[in-house]
Amino acid sequence: MPKIVFLAATLAATLAPVAARSATPEELMRGYAQQARREAQSYSGPSASAGRRFFTTKHGDWSCSDCHTSNPGASGRHTVTGKAIAPLAPAANAERFRDPARVEKWFKRNCNDTVARACTAAEKADVLAYLISVRPGA
Amino acid sequence: MRTFTSFLVIAALATTHAALAADVPAAGGYAAECGSCHVAYPARLLDQRQWGRVLGDLEHHYGVDATLDDDAALHAVARTLGVPAALTVSGKAALPRITTQPWFVDEHDEVGPATFRSSKVRSAANCSACHVGAEQGNFDEDAVRIPR
Repeated sequence: MPKIVFLAATLAATLAPVAARSATPEELMRGYAQQARREAQSYSGPSASAGRRFFTTKHGDWSCSDCHTSNPGASGRHTVTGKAIAPLAPAANAERFRDPARVEKWFKRNCNDTVARACTAAEKADVLAYLISVRPGA
Repeated sequence: MRTFTSFLVIAALATTHAALAADVPAAGGYAAECGSCHVAYPARLLDQRQWGRVLGDLEHHYGVDATLDDDAALHAVARTLGVPAALTVSGKAALPRITTQPWFVDEHDEVGPATFRSSKVRSAANCSACHVGAEQGNFDEDAVRIPR
């Protein structure tokens, strides 16, 4: 029986995605804030309200909230393909903002799409401050 | 009996795994890289040359930026889709669309445009809205549930 359990566990592990987790959302926010401070000494720190404004404002054709909705504590939907998007707020989805490389990849892709340029470190810190502040069901 | 039940569990797991491996290229990050925004489309839905064209211009991917971290990630995706490196080329030609392939149009000829545009489907690219097993590579007609 233990051998069978081991076999089943091995099969289950083969199916499970490999999750890289080496940071917390707060650590990532602080990292972006430090970068912003290096870029401009006058930088005053992450702002959840500025992050909320950035997240919900249309920068051209799109805003972040077009896909992630204006409630990032709930599921969103890809505005082009219609595919469901899991909640972005860490309080609603513990998988979010754990892997620095993954976070950078998505900021690169999504900022290009939405703002038509790379986001600044200050903008990333603000968005993270906002998302960290969002409570599920709020 | 207990042993038999365990055998069934393992058989079911093994079958699921085999089906995934056969239909959906799950290895090499394809599911994570490409399956975040849309169903991880099985390789058989386009031919090698068409996939090569898609992979050759991920920066302009049907209106969004779908660039990968580096060449290694791109090669891994190409490998799992069975696309030779020589076919991964950028160019000016329009990107191929699964939804305009003759077989796709033929298979969906009884589905009206209003269904594709409905709030629960939104886009013909949203396979899993109707093909409930699409994420697992199951596009059988028996498993279709059109949301009303």
